[in-house]
Amino acid sequence: MTSPTRRTFLQTGAASLAGAALVGAGTSPSTTAAETSGKDDGKPGGEKGPAPFIDTNVHLGHWPARHLPLGKPADLTAKLREHGVTQAWAGTFEGLLHKDLAAANYRLKKACEVHGAGLLVPVGAINPTLPAWKEDLKRCREDFDFSMIRLYPGYHGYAVEQPLFLETLKQAREVELTVQVVVRLEDVRTQSPLLRAPDLDVTPLPGLLKKVPGIRLQLLNALRTVKNPLLLQRLAAMGVHFEIAMLEGAAGLENLLNGLGIKNVCFGSHAPFFYFESALLKLKESLLTEEQLTFLRDGNARNFFIPPQP
Amino acid sequence: MTIWDLHCHFARLVPGSPVKSLERLIEIGNRLGIEKFCVYMGSNWEYDPSPENLRNQNDEVLEAIGAFPGQAFGFVYLNPKDVEASLDELNRCVADGPMVGIKLWVAQRCNHRNLDPIVERAVELDVGIFQHTWLKAGGNLPGESTPADLAELADRHPDARLICGHTGGDFELGIRAVKHSPNVHIGIAGSDPTAGFTEMAVRELGADRVIWGSDASGRSFASQLGKVVGAQVDEAAQEKILHTNLRQWLAPALKAKGRDI
Ligand SMILES: [Zn+2]
Repeated sequence: MTSPTRRTFLQTGAASLAGAALVGAGTSPSTTAAETSGKDDGKPGGEKGPAPFIDTNVHLGHWPARHLPLGKPADLTAKLREHGVTQAWAGTFEGLLHKDLAAANYRLKKACEVHGAGLLVPVGAINPTLPAWKEDLKRCREDFDFSMIRLYPGYHGYAVEQPLFLETLKQAREVELTVQVVVRLEDVRTQSPLLRAPDLDVTPLPGLLKKVPGIRLQLLNALRTVKNPLLLQRLAAMGVHFEIAMLEGAAGLENLLNGLGIKNVCFGSHAPFFYFESALLKLKESLLTEEQLTFLRDGNARNFFIPPQP
Repeated sequence: MTIWDLHCHFARLVPGSPVKSLERLIEIGNRLGIEKFCVYMGSNWEYDPSPENLRNQNDEVLEAIGAFPGQAFGFVYLNPKDVEASLDELNRCVADGPMVGIKLWVAQRCNHRNLDPIVERAVELDVGIFQHTWLKAGGNLPGESTPADLAELADRHPDARLICGHTGGDFELGIRAVKHSPNVHIGIAGSDPTAGFTEMAVRELGADRVIWGSDASGRSFASQLGKVVGAQVDEAAQEKILHTNLRQWLAPALKAKGRDI
């Protein structure tokens, strides 16, 4: 028996797909944002709907080492909605240890459709150390209609400078998938001894990105460990985006934007692993202009991740 | 809701000016409704500070809190490797000065006998001790205490009021380690805002033993406040964690200084 085909996915998922149709399961970020917000100028306020607010960093699925209070998709989405999030980009924790990623990504798609109601945008997990990983990538694009993938090099045992990483970026660009690269999920000091994953060293990334012009890439959970302002500026100049889940420091966001400008920083919470409010309150801890807030809450994510034209 | 912060450092915010640094810290904290700030250590941190370094760091704190008596509480920073110098500083800054707590960091593991005279003097003065603790997967610093070390110290000094700083960093282990030490509170500052932390703390220790702090300016006030406002605990528990527990913990020292709180 080989891995599931497109047809088996469609068969097993028929019931859920029907449910998805009711809730308008858009999996493309720009479409969903526009649908939810009822407008497309990227500005908050107005009468057409809630101000758009995109959380670029959430996960579904079980964290292997701890029960998470908002681990159930319904609880997570209730929390996100409570705080006005109109779209959340959701990866799956199954992507860390599972080898049958086609199945994990399919479950993610279904969970986003059933529980997300237009809120959750699935981000497929890809592990380029697995045999036939390019097939997973293709499925994300063609079978599941995803527009993003998430890489976990620390958990899958490869580094930025390895040819595998470059090859993954090239393949993703080929099928017009946006790539989120996870720098860390958990403080290395508190990891289970059986689940120790090193932080990703992104120092070689600027050199690498020259070889994949046009790639859409966002680093997740980077800002606690990637602190060198020159490196951050270089990455931003090459179009790399960041999010604020692991940003620390008193008024850390203010300080970050002073050095980096506003165009490359998105909102991200790392919920349900982190308390969602930790990221949310950062918007209040720093003095930000309305314009900066608009870019952070929605504009940058939306401008950046509009799927390429066919 | 009233919010007091157990755990702040300020001195690096505006290099060279303790007063301006603390002013900046307070200004940022106020944005999130934080009203009072416990501050300790100056700008030149050392794992094993000399008596001179201790005095300099404590002087920075004295200078800063002098400018903000209504908003800031100072804790004296000591090095138990040098008991005499530590007792001198304790007397200078707390017994004869305005400080209202003690901060111990990573010079000496806190189960060491050197701690005893310092803790005994603290009990005499009725001030509490904040002890930094961590449990690092990659190994602690040589003088860095674990929550279990603090539980040992607490057993030897049942009258001392102790705080397990960072809850060991790895809160699931830290909470378990101090669970049976009733004179130990946990400080929940200075670790990632990992969901479930506050819920477990309240379930295992009771809300009365949990004290919020930020570990700003290295940490973000916001990231740390999220641990409480985002937790599935009731409002009464949140109020204790964010304010009343710390107020009670500081009360004897503040009262001794005639400060009406
Ligand atoms: Zn600290």
